[in-house]
Amino acid sequence: MNQRRSRFQIHGWLLLMPAAIFLIAFTYYPTLATLAKSFFSQGNAIKPSRFVGLENYEFLITDEVFWKVVGNNVIYAATTIPISIALALLMAVWVNGRLPMKSLVRMSFFTPTVLPMIAVANIWLFFYSPDIGLIDQITSSFGIASHNWLGDPDTVLGCIIVITIWKEAGFFMIFYLAALQTLSPELEEAARLEGASRWYYFRRVMFPLLMPTTLFVLINAIINSFKLVDQLFILTKGGPDNASSLLLYYIYEVAFSFLDQAYASTLTVVLLLALAIIAIGQFVFLDKKVHYR
Amino acid sequence: MLTTLKHKAGKLTIAAALGLGMASSASAVDLTMYYPVAVGGPLTKVVDGMVEDFEKANPDINVNAIYAGNYNDARIKALAALKSGEPAQTSVMFSIDIYELIEQGAIVPFDDVVETADEKAWLDGFYPALMENGKTRDKTWGIPFQRSTIVMYYNKDAFRAAGLDPEAPPATWDELVEAGKKLTKKNGDTVEQWGAMIPSTGYPYWMFGALAMQNGQTLMNSEGNETYFDAPATVEALQFWQDLGNKHGIMPTGTVEWATLRQNFLEGKTAMMWHSTGNLTAVKKDASFDFGVAMLPAQKRRGSPTGGGNFYIFEKSTPEERKAAMKLIRFLTEPERTAQWSIETGYLGTRPDAYSTAELTQYVQDFPPAAVARDQLEFATAELSTFQNGRVRKLLDDAIQSVLVGDKTAAEALGSAQKQADRLLKNYR
Repeated sequence: MNQRRSRFQIHGWLLLMPAAIFLIAFTYYPTLATLAKSFFSQGNAIKPSRFVGLENYEFLITDEVFWKVVGNNVIYAATTIPISIALALLMAVWVNGRLPMKSLVRMSFFTPTVLPMIAVANIWLFFYSPDIGLIDQITSSFGIASHNWLGDPDTVLGCIIVITIWKEAGFFMIFYLAALQTLSPELEEAARLEGASRWYYFRRVMFPLLMPTTLFVLINAIINSFKLVDQLFILTKGGPDNASSLLLYYIYEVAFSFLDQAYASTLTVVLLLALAIIAIGQFVFLDKKVHYR
Repeated sequence: MLTTLKHKAGKLTIAAALGLGMASSASAVDLTMYYPVAVGGPLTKVVDGMVEDFEKANPDINVNAIYAGNYNDARIKALAALKSGEPAQTSVMFSIDIYELIEQGAIVPFDDVVETADEKAWLDGFYPALMENGKTRDKTWGIPFQRSTIVMYYNKDAFRAAGLDPEAPPATWDELVEAGKKLTKKNGDTVEQWGAMIPSTGYPYWMFGALAMQNGQTLMNSEGNETYFDAPATVEALQFWQDLGNKHGIMPTGTVEWATLRQNFLEGKTAMMWHSTGNLTAVKKDASFDFGVAMLPAQKRRGSPTGGGNFYIFEKSTPEERKAAMKLIRFLTEPERTAQWSIETGYLGTRPDAYSTAELTQYVQDFPPAAVARDQLEFATAELSTFQNGRVRKLLDDAIQSVLVGDKTAAEALGSAQKQADRLLKNYR
């Protein structure tokens, strides 16, 4: 009996092993190694790495660039998340209805998602460039003076945000569209018979039923607002003067341009903590408000 | 079950080890080399072709040349390969990576590898300006390979239209401003053609190195442990750069994008641009107007930093491998091959004797702009390169951009950059 049980256990563990090995090798070990590394100094051939306790974290608090990119990231998240979700919902409701050439419209909304971000950024680079860019050529035909969109710290972050929304909304639209098609048409009919306005139907019936999708999309949008930095490599490299730099891009810079992996680890730990807090908040508070069927 | 698995795994490892051993004993020396490509064009083909020629001439050396992306990628890949124990014996990397590579203990000086008088003569045969970024602590660590300087491209048609002599491009800062004012064309509030553009994204510190040098000031010492960001001449140079936009109105205010600048020039949106010689072939191909190439203008003197990639030899290599690497590097920098490389890419010929080859003499005669970068070498200086290079460079980049967008004054921004650079570099003094 005992032997049989232990054999079962071995079987169980063997079945778990492939997934466990990958999780440990690519998720848990790197996370712990990053945490450990953040307490050490960056070593080199002359000075080996040594334990410095919280010194890296003290530097982080006084690091102006860090606070600047955190501020940028908050603005970036606070604008891209709600706008791209709202836009996605609007587009989904629109292309879900009776519409001539419906699939063509759907496809054109979805196209930005399929394009690689690097290619997209290269195209937008020429949209934004002063004088010769598309935007300036359009505005100049109305007699508006040209503007250096990416070279002005007041507009550069806005430009990055617009690209992100343009790229993400179509992706989220697909999820809303799928959810909308599962809603039974009787609900709408019933609402109409009861004399409910379309806005009332949307607010009290459709939107609550879409809540699980909204939660899923929201989580994706939040992750992306920290993760999506590809466009910075092409468009601005975080400039001018860090006006468009985001946290993940700064981590990349510190790790691979400054070759300071210790400090990069410290920044990564902060990013992980922030994401963990957001995730916990979402699951604890939002989950209760979501209506699952 | 588990034991049989282990058994099999053991057998496999032994077989794999044997296989690898046999592969490497087939030829006398295996070399792995990483190289970056930073400008457009089919450069990988050119490099692969040259490496093939080398292997034909040296059948006992087997070279594995790996294209590794841009300069930053190449450094990351080479250092990662070294750390993981993968053998790479030599690489082309950014010339300004030298201090970081020394600090990591990754490279050996060529003085330790060079033996014969013939080899010493070869080492002394490069342009001194190009060696500046490869030399420190009285030793030579990098051999110039794909190198460039900044030159001024100008639109001769626009010069004619503005009543300027197209064969006399501005040679001083004052002339630049004067010509720029004549060349700036306005239609109401919108500018149809700017006088000049100096790119300030991508590599602002590089462009600034030119302005500072022209004002008689280098940005750092040759030990790489001191910067001169807040020297009065440096501040003046940055002030001048800002004035081009704010005071003289011949350049857009804010930053000027590196990546789209060539397009701006080709579409006639700017009459002059400062850019790398690496763009020469592309501009030559696409320009629909008559264009010229000139040395950068002077204030106290002429000046431009050099740029580009050097050959390094890694510390983790056997004496035989180092010798083979030396052979490869010498082969690739022979006058004829340097000439061929320069013609096909637009990069500088790194040695005076390359310019006396028949091929390059002919090419320069047919296309005089190709000689401007060479002639400018006489006034060239090292590109900004220090210990903690990534950070120090970014400090300067941020300072330059914050002044150009009007957030800070030149003295303020450079003073704070210098203070932070001092904090980073004091450990190396």
